[in-house]
Amino acid sequence: MSDENKTPSQPDAGDGAKKMVERGVDPNLEPTLPNDAHGGHDPRFDEPTGQYTTGHSWDGIEELNTPMPRWWLGIFYATIAFSAVYMLLMPSIPLIDSYFDGILDKSDREDVSVEIAELRMERALLADRLADANLEYITGDPELFRFAMAAGKSAFGDNCATCHGAGGQGFKGYPNLNDDVWIWGGSFEDIRHTLEVGIRAAHEDTRFNLMQAFGRDGLLDRDQIRDLTEYLLAFSGRGVDPDASGRGRALFADNCASCHGADAMGDRSQGAPNLTDAEWLYGGEREDIVETLYGGRQGVMPNWHERLDPETITALAVYVHALGGGEPSAPQPSGADPQKPGMQP
Amino acid sequence: MSTLETTAPTNPHLKTDGSMWPMLFILIPVAIWAMFAATGPGYGTFGGVQMKAQAGIMLAALIGGIIYIVGRMGSETPVIDHSRYADTIVKYGVVATTFWGIAGMTVGVVIAAQLAWPEIFYFEGAWTNFGRLRPLHTSAVIFAFGGNALIATSFYVVQRTSRVRLAGGYWPWFVFWGYQLFIVLAATGYLMGVTGGKEYAEPEWYVDLWLTIVWVAYLLVFLMTLARRKEPHIYVANWFYLAFIVTVAILHVVNNLALPVAITSAKSYGVYAGVQDAMTQWWYGHNAVGFFLTAGFLAIMYYFIPKRANRPVWSYKLSIVHFWAVIFIYIWAGPHHLHYTALPQWTQTLGMVFSLMLWMPSWGGMINGLMTLQGAWDKLRTDPVLRMLVVSVAFYGMATFEGPLLSVRYVNALSHYTDWGIGHVHSGALGWNGFVTFGALYCLVPWLWKKRELYSTRLVEWHFWLATLGIVFYITAMWGAGISQGLNWRAYTELGFLEYSFIETVSPLHVFYVIRTIGGLMFLLGTFIMAYNIRMTILGRGNAVSLRDDGSLKPVPPAVSPVPPTLAPAE
Repeated sequence: MSDENKTPSQPDAGDGAKKMVERGVDPNLEPTLPNDAHGGHDPRFDEPTGQYTTGHSWDGIEELNTPMPRWWLGIFYATIAFSAVYMLLMPSIPLIDSYFDGILDKSDREDVSVEIAELRMERALLADRLADANLEYITGDPELFRFAMAAGKSAFGDNCATCHGAGGQGFKGYPNLNDDVWIWGGSFEDIRHTLEVGIRAAHEDTRFNLMQAFGRDGLLDRDQIRDLTEYLLAFSGRGVDPDASGRGRALFADNCASCHGADAMGDRSQGAPNLTDAEWLYGGEREDIVETLYGGRQGVMPNWHERLDPETITALAVYVHALGGGEPSAPQPSGADPQKPGMQP
Repeated sequence: MSTLETTAPTNPHLKTDGSMWPMLFILIPVAIWAMFAATGPGYGTFGGVQMKAQAGIMLAALIGGIIYIVGRMGSETPVIDHSRYADTIVKYGVVATTFWGIAGMTVGVVIAAQLAWPEIFYFEGAWTNFGRLRPLHTSAVIFAFGGNALIATSFYVVQRTSRVRLAGGYWPWFVFWGYQLFIVLAATGYLMGVTGGKEYAEPEWYVDLWLTIVWVAYLLVFLMTLARRKEPHIYVANWFYLAFIVTVAILHVVNNLALPVAITSAKSYGVYAGVQDAMTQWWYGHNAVGFFLTAGFLAIMYYFIPKRANRPVWSYKLSIVHFWAVIFIYIWAGPHHLHYTALPQWTQTLGMVFSLMLWMPSWGGMINGLMTLQGAWDKLRTDPVLRMLVVSVAFYGMATFEGPLLSVRYVNALSHYTDWGIGHVHSGALGWNGFVTFGALYCLVPWLWKKRELYSTRLVEWHFWLATLGIVFYITAMWGAGISQGLNWRAYTELGFLEYSFIETVSPLHVFYVIRTIGGLMFLLGTFIMAYNIRMTILGRGNAVSLRDDGSLKPVPPAVSPVPPTLAPAE
């Protein structure tokens, strides 16, 4: 039953077999040791390389006794030497409750703080003048205007472009800032105020209006929404059903005119858009309008007064105002604070 | 027993094997937990539905295993012939490697396309969103494709170079199927949104525990096989395999220490917080590259290149020195993933200098791989399989030069967070890990299935050139994209404001991403060609003439002179 006498033992099996026995492995399991076929573990000369083998062989794989390449060792030692020097110069070794901070006493964190502080100092001259300036004052000083535009462009890219697009072109639900259509007003003061308080945002004076969910909340039924849609489409000559449009006119007067005006021209003081032009924030196709009437629209623009400093908000207002659709400031009563919003409902 | 009594006189190497039933001590308790988790209360928002689905998959697999074991053990005790190598499991590994390679690379092409055209493959329910497919891709190519390649080749190599059958009876099969279960659990988990959130270690706590069990079994099988070896020395490939298995076990356990929300919840929280968490993660992440993708694959190189080229390993001394240098230095280099972060600068310094010192130890492997061809360079013209193996070593050399370069803090300031990193990873992953695995598979298939040669060498040429060109497309596109990102992000106006908003630095990437997708597609196409070639070889078509099972046929003639048979190359 046991393996003991099944295979002839091989007394000359060599070093390997002896070690196997020491490890408790039965060398007889393996009838032939391949190395014996060429005289055991003896080094041999290898013609193509001019080196001797080590004498080891595994599954026919031998090893050469080639010395390590000197260039390899040299570069290895060089990287170690470089590392040692670099570690001496730079913060490197951890100690019990601190670390070795290097002969050069370098700290990237401090360097960055210093650089940022320097930049702030450099900018302060212009930035301070920007904080509560009005547009006339800023445009009157080319250097200040250039600074405001640069700061505004940079801040716009980081904060506004996500929704309004890199060029302020807007997307469905996010107003285009290049055109002359403004829901809450397009003067420098209006824009600056919108930036500060946001729309339906966390600020206590935030701009706020309510486009109700007429359908979902049961204020209008399906047919009424269809009629109203026909009426709105008729402004752009797209209505197809004069009867429905006629019924829609009455519905409009009852439900919509209080904000959008009897002529549907909108009211900026309430943030109610003009419904007679070709600009539609949420789309002007039939199904878009039905969706708006059914579910209402409650887009949000964040208030930035806590996230950005006043000079950045001013710069942003200058930049957005200059994008193409900026309107002249409303005439201010003399002595009034130019920042004070004149159109807040 | 009766079977053995009757056959013993003719074959002394037949032994009954009782290694299967102890597996029940693992399978049954885990199955009980899985049953509880699959039918239990779940845990509300913390992965209730996902937990049930995952536990259901686990339960089905475990019950299948239990039924199989009880069935086999119930009829009669299995008999294993110890004079033959365990090759069926290597065959399974070859097929699994090919399958997971195609799966993982396909997902890679999909997510590359998603980056170029962000709207595609986004469906309701988020199953195929980039965020879920990305870990599916990385895990599938690293752990499923790479892991199966490592397990299969290590089982093949350790037997040949130790001249003994795999130890542990049926435990290698436990390792194989247990590992496949780990892959399936991880992959389905990602798609369902189950993730621990640690890069390259995304699987949740129960999958981590399961993998730990499987990995310990793998370690024991490998160690026991080495302990029983009939060679006086341990071959260099086995040093690397052992380093890979041991270190991956340590990395896996330490980085994944976590507390589940409940015993029936898929959600867990890691034990580390803040910068310690980040440091542990990148200690793990970098050494997953170092020990999984480098040490393990160097082992493949150290067997298959000398074997295929029929040349001795170039320098024994170099192999010793670079082995220990790689093992010692790699483990410290992780902090270079966290340059210019909350990680203290002294730690970053250490990460950088250890990465620099790693350059030559890494190149030691490249030199030994390339110089092994000394005296056989001419074979590169005619043997595309050997060429694949050698080009893999060249990519290894390139990636291990680029790595130390990118670890220098001042270079990293430009390259960090950019696509340069992605390009660097892929010159290693596609060029090194991919090619060395393809080369090993092309060697193994005719050897294992006893065919004269592959079905078609021409198809290997097609694979080689398609994949090589694909890699070139991929990494050059990523260099372009990465350097463009790095330069645009740090561009300032004269007034000290950022020149470009983030989105303005994204839009120029589109063309690079399209090129990358094309490169990835070419690489994938090559893998499909390989799969076809492997299939036809197994079927014995074309040049893949079947050979007689007389045991006299070695994979290639031995290095020195023809040698009498040792162990038959199949079970």
